[in-house]
Amino acid sequence: MNSLWLSHFTATSSIGRGLDQTLAALRQRRAGLVPCAFDSVDLATFIGKVPGVDAVPLPAQLADFDCRNNRLALLGLTQDGFAEAVHAAIEKYGAQRVGVFLGTSTSGILQAELAYRRRDPVTGALPAGFIYRTTHNTFSVADFTRLYFGLSGPAVAVSSACSSSAKVFSSARRMLAAGLIDAAVVGGVDSLCLTTLYGFNSLGLVSEQACRPFDAQRNGISIGEAAAFALLERSPEHLDADAVLLLGIGESSDAYHMSSPHPDGLGARMAMQAALNMAGLKPAGIDYINLHGTATQSNDAAEGKAVAAVFGPDIPCSSTKGATGHTLGAAGGVEAVICALALQHGLLPAGLNTQQLDSTLDLDYVLENREQPVTRVLSNSFGFGGTNCSLIFGRAGNP
Amino acid sequence: MRLTAYIEGIGLLGPGLSDWPSSQTVLGGKQPYQPHKTILPPPTLLPAAERRRSGAIVKLTLATGLEAIAAAGLDAANLSSVFSSSGGDGENCHAICEMLASDDRQISPTRFHNSVHNTAAGYWSIATGAMTTSSVLSAFDASFGAGLLEALTQVVVDRTRTVLLACDTAYPEPLYSTRPIPDAFGIALVLAPQHSARALAKITVNLTDAGADRLDDAALESLRSNIPAARGLPLLRAIALRQDQRVVLDYLDSTRLAVAIALC
Repeated sequence: MNSLWLSHFTATSSIGRGLDQTLAALRQRRAGLVPCAFDSVDLATFIGKVPGVDAVPLPAQLADFDCRNNRLALLGLTQDGFAEAVHAAIEKYGAQRVGVFLGTSTSGILQAELAYRRRDPVTGALPAGFIYRTTHNTFSVADFTRLYFGLSGPAVAVSSACSSSAKVFSSARRMLAAGLIDAAVVGGVDSLCLTTLYGFNSLGLVSEQACRPFDAQRNGISIGEAAAFALLERSPEHLDADAVLLLGIGESSDAYHMSSPHPDGLGARMAMQAALNMAGLKPAGIDYINLHGTATQSNDAAEGKAVAAVFGPDIPCSSTKGATGHTLGAAGGVEAVICALALQHGLLPAGLNTQQLDSTLDLDYVLENREQPVTRVLSNSFGFGGTNCSLIFGRAGNP
Repeated sequence: MRLTAYIEGIGLLGPGLSDWPSSQTVLGGKQPYQPHKTILPPPTLLPAAERRRSGAIVKLTLATGLEAIAAAGLDAANLSSVFSSSGGDGENCHAICEMLASDDRQISPTRFHNSVHNTAAGYWSIATGAMTTSSVLSAFDASFGAGLLEALTQVVVDRTRTVLLACDTAYPEPLYSTRPIPDAFGIALVLAPQHSARALAKITVNLTDAGADRLDDAALESLRSNIPAARGLPLLRAIALRQDQRVVLDYLDSTRLAVAIALC
């Protein structure tokens, strides 16, 4: 593929608002996971909650969009000068030529969950203030973002569970290559809600402590929330050495089971190999893998086997979900931004909370931060339903 | 910017429309449209456990997708896919929200499986063995247009055959009052980058600000305007009429899709 330039990017999660806080948290090995105190949830688990989301006011003309997910989206969009960068892109290319591709798994479903507590006792009707289209509906966060910037080009929500905001890069790549747009706002936003907390709990996949990816005793995920964005443009001829490029994308489906990965990680292997093929790289060309690493027994085992099969045992890798929690439909976006920081700052971020590595998996799992030049990295995102996506990013200075 | 692809197979299922071959005379105006509730066939291709767990969106997706691919004489396992739905499974969502508002919040694993927007995509890959690229999209009322655009970019940029599966299912009360989708409706299209003996029609698509075409028949127009996946009906009507023509399909409030149709 022709490489694409991440001209601006930002992430907001439980470890920080924007890039400076996120990088500082990674350097200080600071996790954002705390015992669950969200709404009336009575589960013994840890969550990665973004502070201050409730205090974010939406613009008056977009008041119908008011819900936790869109407040989190706006909080994320206004960090690191990202909104200004989108406005500059609109100025340069036109409002029709900037697309919106955002991943989410649950969008504003929390609004419906709350509305169902206030149904009319006689008719069963939902309260009048509940607006399905602009809150609960999957498209809501993409529509909000589109209207916030006054965009009129292609816009869509990608909702393939936990691969959503990795897959957005693929949709945007095709749309750019087809010549329909000149820039794309990509990313993902997912926020805490009862459906995912009780849903993952029903599958026995929620840990009672802060999640421990790739630990021998790992026993489930910690759910988090996040908003992450990147502005994708075609690569100009001259770029700063530390500019970040998207070099390859690989996608596959497991065709195996709705909530368990293929035991040998066959789909994951196919996605990683396809990303390498698209980037024209051999496995040795990758310096670090940001793993999907959810900390469930089966996910980490399958991914570990797949990574070892494609890359061998010596590639440094880690999951940053021990810090952020699993931000579901936002995870691919958050981890793309963490990869961009790794490239620009020469940092391989340690996986947190992991005490004793799973010795059955033959991997160089990074347990202490490593400072070293980083040229190219791969990020894995795998989801429910067996949906897989691997992204390869690189520094422009080391093509 | 124009995107060109060849339609090689069509699947259709909705109220009073039981498949593509029998619906052509209705869409072409040769037989009256007689709406009745959509009949969803059992998803026989799924293993027994998955078949038991599958909801309306899975049955609808499998029925329309398999019809289109069988008509094209292709193997579903080899096709990339685009799943576009305006929202999730409304019945399932209602059941989860009801439980979460009650004293017993222990929703079942099956309910949770079926709550993700990519439920149909997951079951599709299990049923067909397709390990290929798939995109799973939502764009509210613009979902048909968004799905068609995504499928076209797969075809044009990656030079691959793709199946578009645009499906919506009914919402129960009290959600229905806030999202009035009355019944299940799906369109599936197999799209190819090059002409072949299978090709039914060549389509060339570009963005436009012209208004979307409506259907003359009031009941069919009501279907088109009430169910997002049915916004693709003007395209199917042109093919049913065996006429080269240009139609405008609904998409976003500010942008529609102009589709030039040339029969093969």
